[in-house]
Amino acid sequence: MGSPTDLTLAELCGALKARKVSAVEATDAYLANIEKATALNAFITVTAEKARDMAKASDARLARGEGGPLEGAPLGIKDLFCTEGILTTAGSHILDGFRPPYESSVTANLWRDGAVMLGKLNMDEFAMGSSNETSFYGPVVNPWRKRGENAKLTPGGSSGGSAASVAAHLCAAATATDTGGSIRQPASLTGTVGVKPTYGRCSRWGIVAFASSLDQAGPIARDVRDAAIMLRSMAGHDRKDSTSVDRPVPDYEAAVGMSVKGLRIGVPREYRVDGMPVEIEKLWAQGVDWLKAAGCEIVEISLPLTKYALPVYYIVAPAEASSNLARYDGVRYGWRSKETTDIRSLYEKSRAEGFGKEVKRRILIGTYVLSAGYYDAYYLRAQKVRKRIFDEFVDAFGKVDLILTPSAPSAAFALGEKANDPVQMYLNDVFTVTANLAGLPGISVPAGLDKDGLPLGLQLLARPFDEETLFRGAAAIEKSAAFKVQPQSWWA
Amino acid sequence: MSEPRKLLSGATGDWEVVIGLEVHAQVLSKSKLFSGASAEYGAGPNENVSLVDAAMPGMLPVINGYCVEQAVKTGLGLNAKINLWSRFDRKNYFYPDLPQGYQISQYKDPIVGEGEVEVELDDGETIRVGIERLHLEQDAGKSIHDLSPKESYVDLNRSGVALMEIVSKPDMRSADEAAAYYSKLRTILRYLGACDGNMEEGSMRADVNVSVRRPGGPFGTRTETKNVNSIRFVKQAVEYEARRQIEVLESGGKIDQETRLFDVATGKTRPMRSKEDAHDYRYFPDPDLLPLELDPAFVERIRLSLPELPDAKKRRFMRDFGLSGYDAAVLAADKDRAAYFEEVAKGRDGKLAANWVTTELFGALNKKGLEIDQSPIKAAALGRLIDLICDGTISGRIAKDVFQIMLEGGGDPATIVAEKGLKQVTDAGAIERAVDEIIAANPRQVEEVKAKPKTFGWFVGQVMKATGGKANPAAVNDILKKKLGID
Repeated sequence: MGSPTDLTLAELCGALKARKVSAVEATDAYLANIEKATALNAFITVTAEKARDMAKASDARLARGEGGPLEGAPLGIKDLFCTEGILTTAGSHILDGFRPPYESSVTANLWRDGAVMLGKLNMDEFAMGSSNETSFYGPVVNPWRKRGENAKLTPGGSSGGSAASVAAHLCAAATATDTGGSIRQPASLTGTVGVKPTYGRCSRWGIVAFASSLDQAGPIARDVRDAAIMLRSMAGHDRKDSTSVDRPVPDYEAAVGMSVKGLRIGVPREYRVDGMPVEIEKLWAQGVDWLKAAGCEIVEISLPLTKYALPVYYIVAPAEASSNLARYDGVRYGWRSKETTDIRSLYEKSRAEGFGKEVKRRILIGTYVLSAGYYDAYYLRAQKVRKRIFDEFVDAFGKVDLILTPSAPSAAFALGEKANDPVQMYLNDVFTVTANLAGLPGISVPAGLDKDGLPLGLQLLARPFDEETLFRGAAAIEKSAAFKVQPQSWWA
Repeated sequence: MSEPRKLLSGATGDWEVVIGLEVHAQVLSKSKLFSGASAEYGAGPNENVSLVDAAMPGMLPVINGYCVEQAVKTGLGLNAKINLWSRFDRKNYFYPDLPQGYQISQYKDPIVGEGEVEVELDDGETIRVGIERLHLEQDAGKSIHDLSPKESYVDLNRSGVALMEIVSKPDMRSADEAAAYYSKLRTILRYLGACDGNMEEGSMRADVNVSVRRPGGPFGTRTETKNVNSIRFVKQAVEYEARRQIEVLESGGKIDQETRLFDVATGKTRPMRSKEDAHDYRYFPDPDLLPLELDPAFVERIRLSLPELPDAKKRRFMRDFGLSGYDAAVLAADKDRAAYFEEVAKGRDGKLAANWVTTELFGALNKKGLEIDQSPIKAAALGRLIDLICDGTISGRIAKDVFQIMLEGGGDPATIVAEKGLKQVTDAGAIERAVDEIIAANPRQVEEVKAKPKTFGWFVGQVMKATGGKANPAAVNDILKKKLGID
């Protein structure tokens, strides 16, 4: 057997249970990988000591023949999840030194199931960004490079640290969050699998809020099976989150490999944008062919409101963010300006110094769209359109079981390439925001490489709480794509 | 609105005052509206603060079902429409005692809609005050500015405590009406157990909206005086504001729509902020909370569990005990006092019981500064005292002495009467002997009473004195008249 870091999560869990490898060995191997990969800047905090302690405890349980489904599996945690006693930054200067006295429900579920925490993963500040460039801790670098080139590429965002660390084998799998595509777009750009579950499937308690009605936690993993294993542990009802839904969590892994014969796959003609590379168009057609060959019925569908999704998203998400981020005021925790003279300057300077440019931009947009005189024209209208987008999906899912689209309009782009053009940056979410607005589950599966050798993903969307069908479909694509390429480990 | 009722006269003619109240009542509940922290008053600074109340990152509100029940109960008590679908909104503003940067409130869709309250005034008149709405919201914390010259401190104990904001229609026309409405509201809330009505602890406070207009004219511009926390201050604030506005208008000025503060020391109001300075609160539905949907059966269950409310109780007291409207209202105004009265009156003369309770007992308790539940005389004992009067054991006058003894030392009235030998003398022979002695000893007065019957009272006094006040007054009268030969 090679390094335990070469194993998928499913394989590693098997090896740990069979005691072919110990949790401490696996953890040390990952910590060694992390240490070598500083060039990727994927971690904000590495919790080596805690990881080894947790691994030892896992080994003790495994030795007694006990242990949860993830016993001993070393994971990376997006730094948006509050972790008890461990620095939690949300990628922002304003949370400097913040060590929560509580553990988020999702991470608590993972520790309950035996997982080991390697550390906290870098991300766009408050999950606002599609390239990881808004992080106070500097951008994460994509492990993938264009063939024959050394230029640093973005891993996507906001869960860039999660995606990059899974792609570079710095963890067995990672938690992430998706408000407008923050799981699926980076998964697409790094050749990993990312799942945004149905809104309400995973508890939001203890996750630093960006846009409450859109935020949803999910996994980024190396393959569909691993993502299914992760989601089963992460998901579940939580009375501390009023928007969490009380439904049993199915055995998602059991859906992986189930036949897709007879599934109706919707192909929405509106998921094409100007300037989208032909390769992505081709890959999409390829995905259709794969599913047809696997026995699916392909149905052309129309989702005419798709073009409004991005504008609606960039009203609703900043509106909620402008209010959610009001608590970062320098009074109780995090960054407080040294230059304060009174309460007003304490607020103004702490926030001016503590928030980055993109976060400020969104707070301003959000404040504007909620203001007296603009509320009806922007926020209220956006909510109405949002409802109609949902209705449109309900209609579509009357005819089809899954919807197939590209995950992102481009492969990984160079760091700095779009940093000064927010609209270009926002367009990264064009295929993913619809699922957030409608609360639907979505998955991005690596399906091929572009001409430069960069990974491209395909997205599947399903009915609310029908993640099982999502995993069935995704596994079928994965099998047909046989995507086995790894990034060259130039960083090690 | 009906005809102008109560007018204030100014230099240029009459004015009508228009008043509406927004009352904040703290919901009686063990824990806060959206967190499990204790809502109890009096804890040390920041002892009752959960992670949610302190607005830690990633913390989420969860509605307290009991507070919802209390709001519904109050809505029903105000004869108001219960909205089966309501929603919580965020009211956004920055202040150190508001850690989230927003208050969770109900803006467009409150849990309770329109209702009506019957209000008795001191002169016996009854008015009706409309309720516009009732909504649930979080209280803020408290900023403390006087502990340090350079810093302010924040106590978040109150942060997140459930409040009901009860908004009246502009249906009041005088300071007395406003005070009576506020007092009635307090009575209803206390009856329902929805709020303890403790104004010193801030459990109830009012924002007083006042405007003036020419009788029958359109509404004037109103001012809102914030956080007035007693019935007396409500009255003062209205009186001051009405006079001030009339003076401004009569001297050619105009009223600014503004928020004002009430100064407890002077009884005056002063400007706090103008409409131009008003915050843009950027209300929007709180995405952390689902809309609040109530099952009609839930509302019905609460309706069936409602206690008898003061208006119903007043009417029952009038009907069952033959009390006047005023006495019945006084007794019904406080749930515990009403219960005390009922225990005293049960199976006895209701009017006599009402007299003893309202005049003797309430008077004595007021003097001693005691609440009804601290009364040294329990209802059963007072009832037995009344029984002693009714069965002729003691006279009403002696009963007052017994009452005083009970008040100071407690004890059973019958025992006191026996021990102190206060039993009324009804034995005609004993009274006759006393009368004979007095007639024999006072021949001059006997002559005089024949010419001046008014001096008869002197003989009664002498007999009572001789019998230590224990003689039955009616028997004394009869015997004296017979012996003195007057009718």
